[in-house]
Amino acid sequence: MRTFTSRQVSVSAVVLVLLLFFPLVARGSFPMHVMIMLFMFAMMGVAWNIMGGYAGMFSFGQVAFFGIGAYTSSYLLVTHHISPWIGIFVGGILAALTAAAIGIPCSNLRGHYFAIASIAFGEIVRIQFNNWKLIGAAEGLTLPMLPESFANFMFHSSKAPYYYIILGFLLAALIVCYLVATSKMGFYFRAIKESHEVAKVLGINFVHYRLMAIMISAFLTAMAGTFYAQYILYLDPESVLILPISVQIVLVAMLGGAGSVIGPVIGAAILIPVSEITRVMLGHKGTGIDMMVYGTLIMLISVYQPQGVWGLLSSIGRRAR
Amino acid sequence: MFDQLLQQIVNSLLIGSVYSLVAIGLTLIWGVMNIINFAHGDFLMIGMFIAFWMYTLYGIDPLLSIPLCAAGLFLLGYLVYRFIVSKVMGGPGLAQLVVTFGVSIFLANFAVMLWTPDFRLIDHPLLSGTWMIGAVPLSIPKFAASLGSVIVSAAVVLFLRKTKTGKAILATEMNRDSALLMGINTDRVNALSFGIGSALVGIAGAFLSMYYYIYPQVGGLFGLISFCIVAFGGFGSIEGAFLAGIVIGFVQTLGGYFFDPAYKYAIVFMVYLITVWIRPQGLLG
Repeated sequence: MRTFTSRQVSVSAVVLVLLLFFPLVARGSFPMHVMIMLFMFAMMGVAWNIMGGYAGMFSFGQVAFFGIGAYTSSYLLVTHHISPWIGIFVGGILAALTAAAIGIPCSNLRGHYFAIASIAFGEIVRIQFNNWKLIGAAEGLTLPMLPESFANFMFHSSKAPYYYIILGFLLAALIVCYLVATSKMGFYFRAIKESHEVAKVLGINFVHYRLMAIMISAFLTAMAGTFYAQYILYLDPESVLILPISVQIVLVAMLGGAGSVIGPVIGAAILIPVSEITRVMLGHKGTGIDMMVYGTLIMLISVYQPQGVWGLLSSIGRRAR
Repeated sequence: MFDQLLQQIVNSLLIGSVYSLVAIGLTLIWGVMNIINFAHGDFLMIGMFIAFWMYTLYGIDPLLSIPLCAAGLFLLGYLVYRFIVSKVMGGPGLAQLVVTFGVSIFLANFAVMLWTPDFRLIDHPLLSGTWMIGAVPLSIPKFAASLGSVIVSAAVVLFLRKTKTGKAILATEMNRDSALLMGINTDRVNALSFGIGSALVGIAGAFLSMYYYIYPQVGGLFGLISFCIVAFGGFGSIEGAFLAGIVIGFVQTLGGYFFDPAYKYAIVFMVYLITVWIRPQGLLG
């Protein structure tokens, strides 16, 4: 098992302490909102990384799992008054089961074919939810206003509790990713990514491990979905089930460095503030300029930093030592 | 009942053949460079807007704008290849996938900035009205678009089979290294394929502008469907893309007719997923 250097441990500890104190010094709600979105996308980037970065399945349909998580807990809360803390696990399990159901037909697809199949899957879920009366169809679901408490997973006076909850989720996702990456399973994932044929010859149960990766990834992504629903308190298919969310998740992982545990966190730390700030500064007139900046950013990253920032940082680190 | 069914079959062929042309443009790029152009649908949108503005500003009918749409999109495709796509060709697979998403987002929002998100329509194209074939109405602009798409598709196949440049493209598609050894300038072939693939979608845009709504996000759906058609038809196969385009036209139209129009695209994606499950390499791959 890979061990951490003392420098890595101390840097992580300092960053974590700074993050814990951030809500105490943040002025206004916007910086808090940016940090919450940052943690949420970092968490989904980490989840994507398990199947994309390690197992080599480039999914552009993660939004389906996000939506399933958001809708499951919200539906249970709205119609059956079931706590989102239970709903979050029901949503996670449903997303993982859906992932298995879609993962089996896709288990032989590679590269571009997998990417397109995952987009098609995301679109099927979006169209279905847009027409599904039970969950509000195109009108969506509005969550009931409940007194603020941790048990209700709802807070009105401050964003700080949401901040700490999603930070906790992110840390949990990082631990899961680390455990997977350093386990036997993680080595199988990488073997599959390197070569399907060699993995098969080595006797690795190819379909089984691919499904494991997809299901873990789906579960974590669905948890982020429930969090988002509790944070925004309203959801409809055109806000939680659209392709750009899937693309953003891929970008976060890619920009940080796909295939490293911490990569997506770094990717989110760069991409999410840029996209939120350009949206606030340039997006209010609906002119599309904020999205043009975003599109340009994607092109620049792909051309100039395709290996991710983490690769760059660690090579600088090695040189300094 | 029979007339209604006949109507659905006619509709399937009308939309399917246009899908085929859009998909052939995409598969040419995919086959030669192993790159999916996620901005393909947005290229279509640009083609439609060129036809729209030529009509609105100068009164030039979309049929006459076809050469301009083809040339404009050839140039756009060529530039996107030269300055963006060629830079990621040797890079990681993920960057190759993601880079054209950036182009797509940029173009769609560039159109929003220039022309607002409004829906537009060319109100009096040269070809309009309907013919009655028995009890089945046939929209003339749709028929012209369909016929035109088939002719252009056939011309592409002829170009690839009969001309020296076309053969160089096919050779590169079959085996890049051998093509290089045979003295083919593969970088030039890439740029040319990207340009031709984009020109084809530009022509499709001119055809569609005769009867379809024109708006910045129009490319999204056409793009998604054309990715499915290309993967469905088989990697880089022109004939496969043509056949798959027609099949998807039928699936969409008949699916909407027999089940629920709201689900017609979901049915298309579902049929696609089931097909690649059984035949991961696509129909003719």
